[in-house]
Order: sequence, then structure tokens, then C-alpha cells
Amino acid sequence: MASLQLDIVTPDQLVLSRAVDYVGAPGLEGEFGVLPGHIPFISALAIGALHYKAEGKTRYVFVSGGFAEVSDDKVTILAESAETAENIDFARAEKARKRAEERLAQKNEAVNNIRAESSLRRALVRLNLQGKN
Amino acid sequence: MASLKDVKIKIGGVKKTKQITKAMNMVASAKLRGAQQRIERFRPYADKFFDMLGDLGGQSEDAAHPLLAARDEVKTTGIVLATSDRGLAGSFNVNIITAALKFAQSKKAEGKDVKFYCVGKKGRDAVRKLGYEIPTALVGQMNALDFGMAASVGNRVMEDFLGGSLDEVFMFYGEFISLAKQPPVSLPLLPIASAGKEEGDVPAKAKDYIYEPAVDGLLAELLPRFVKVQVYRGLLDTSASEHAARMAAMDNATRNCDEMVGALTLLYNKTRQAAITTELIDIVGGVEALKG
Repeated sequence: MASLQLDIVTPDQLVLSRAVDYVGAPGLEGEFGVLPGHIPFISALAIGALHYKAEGKTRYVFVSGGFAEVSDDKVTILAESAETAENIDFARAEKARKRAEERLAQKNEAVNNIRAESSLRRALVRLNLQGKN
Repeated sequence: MASLKDVKIKIGGVKKTKQITKAMNMVASAKLRGAQQRIERFRPYADKFFDMLGDLGGQSEDAAHPLLAARDEVKTTGIVLATSDRGLAGSFNVNIITAALKFAQSKKAEGKDVKFYCVGKKGRDAVRKLGYEIPTALVGQMNALDFGMAASVGNRVMEDFLGGSLDEVFMFYGEFISLAKQPPVSLPLLPIASAGKEEGDVPAKAKDYIYEPAVDGLLAELLPRFVKVQVYRGLLDTSASEHAARMAAMDNATRNCDEMVGALTLLYNKTRQAAITTELIDIVGGVEALKG
């Protein structure tokens, strides 16, 4: 069976590079799935969980927004940060969630709400992936 | 004339200094390797990023994005100054700072306000002394450099640019060319100068991509990241350059120590011989006197 090559790169490292059967990614305009033979496609990604199927198992990767490029059965994910579910620091995510919630609760003008919201979203997505892989 | 003991103490001191400079040289070379690895790890991302930007830049004719728009009247210039946190790196920091300050002065002479966004302690200290406004300074973090740091600098600069308190932004950093060459470089950050247009000259790829969101929407996502990528690249280069410059400086210092030890040893021997000669003359003179 034909397979896809999935590469996830961040500025700091190559997070993942392997052959997979299916990739599901959180596009900015909704989730999309990629199977072998997909037409060339570029999409912006939202903060969310990317999943892929390989060897009959589904695995999850956290991505903090970025881009996905699909061409020639190759899926390249460019993200500012990405972590496979087993590499997520849940304690840190929990702390980030608390901090973001506190900031949002303050309703302070000085606090950058957009930034707090996106950091809350990042924390929640990370926490959601706990024990998923 | 220096006494024998003084010279001996001095030789000991120089030898100890040599040990330190030698150790610093080795530390710098280890850190340089780390910095170069980080550049290597960044390359796949950067390559892919510029590929994508090139693809899109070719597609979109006149993407009107606020980050691309050059201001008619430039009132405030922002300078992102990347230097190291520590000294003892030869003229490395001085070169970057001098280039940035010269640039700042020329802008001032044109009647523009200049603000500095500093990364690295050395640059901040120099700029602060001259009384320029420093909206943000990241100090003591060059050792733990990551993309998040570049992103926070980039975000801050873009916020100020979009908010209207900055009209143009330049970045000054030490480009890493080779172990012996780290010239200061200035890079226009904002407004983005027709991003990807140079890459757009390459004949468009045969592939017809589907874009989601449409080209302009994607560009709106790509451009802010482009700024961060530029900043990150500058910071990575500065970090590598710093260590390379320190290596060279410490290498020189070690060599100078060797020379100095040589010169001092010569002086030591001369002094010793002079002392012996004087003593001999004394003895011979005494014997002669007794004979008389």
C-alpha cells in the first residue's frame, strides 16, 4: 500500500519523520485529512492536535499553528513548536493553563487578551493529549 | 630594576592567566559547536519556509498586508540590536554596537526618533549609556536561545510597527561567515521588502497548489512568521559569531601569554646573571684589597 512521508519540523528541531498511512491536521478553516495520492495542497494550521495512522495505530502530535504542505505523497508540517504526545510536559501545560485563566479572569486592560487566550488554547490542547499515545 | 622575586611572581601570574584563556578558548569552541548545530537544525525549517514563501510570493501580485506597507513619512526608527551577554570576545560586540550607533546617529541627524530593542547585555549597556529609548531588552538569555525568544522580540516589534509607534525596523547582528570572519550586518526587518520576490523570480513550480485559506490569507499568516524567522536567524548567527570571536580572542591571548612568559624569563635570567656578576666583582674586589 502506498504511504505518506510525514515530516514535522520546528525551528529548533526535526520533531518527526516517518512513513504513515493517514494524516489528520487542524487546518485554520477546519480539520482536514490526507491520504496517499492527495493533490498538492498548502494550508495554515490552527493550534491543535495533529494525528496520524501508522502500523494500525493512531498517534497524536501537538502543533502550535504553522503550515502544512502536501505534495507528491509528502506531508511537511512547519510549526513554531510541536511535540509528540509522549513528549509533552503536562505539568508545565497545567501551570500555563492556570496562569492563562487567571489572566483572563482579571479582565485587565493591560493584559493582552488575545495572547492569553491563545496560550490557554495551547495549554488545553496539550492537556487533552495526556495519555493519548 | 625589578628584583628576581618580582619577576618570578610576574611569570607565575602570566602563566595562570594563560591557563584561564586556554580554558575559555576550549569552552568557546564547545559552545560554538552547539551554536552551529542549532543553525543546522534550523536549516530544514528555514529552507522549507522560504520555499513556501517563494511559491506564494509568485502567486500573489500585490498582497496588501500592513507589514508590507512602507510608510510615506518615517518618524521613528526601531533598531533590534543583537549582541552577546559577555565580553572578552575581542572587538565583536564593539563592532556591532558601533555600526548600530552610527546608523542611529545618521537617523537622528535626519530628525527621526530612534528606539532600541536589545538582545544581549553588552548592547543594552552601551545604548543605555547614550540615553536612547529601550522599549525592551532581553538580557542574560543568549545562552538559552530558542525560537520563543526570537518570537517574543518579533512580536513586540511588529506590535509597535502596526500600532504606529515605529515606522521602520532594522536589525543589527554579527553574521557568522567563518571562524575568522563575523562582520556586523544590518538587515531591514520592517516593512518587509517585497518578501519572497527574489525567490519569486525562479520560474513557478509546475505544481498547482490548492491554498487554504486563499493566497492572501496564507500570506497574512506567513509574513509575521517571516519576521520571526529573520530575527531567529540573526540571533543564531550572533550566538555562533560570539563564540567564534571569543575563540579567536582567547587564542590570541594565549599566544601573547606565551610571548610574555618568554620575555619575562629572559629578563629573569638577565637579572640573575647581573646579580651573580655583581657578587663576583665584590668578592674579587675584596680579595684584591686583602692582597694589598
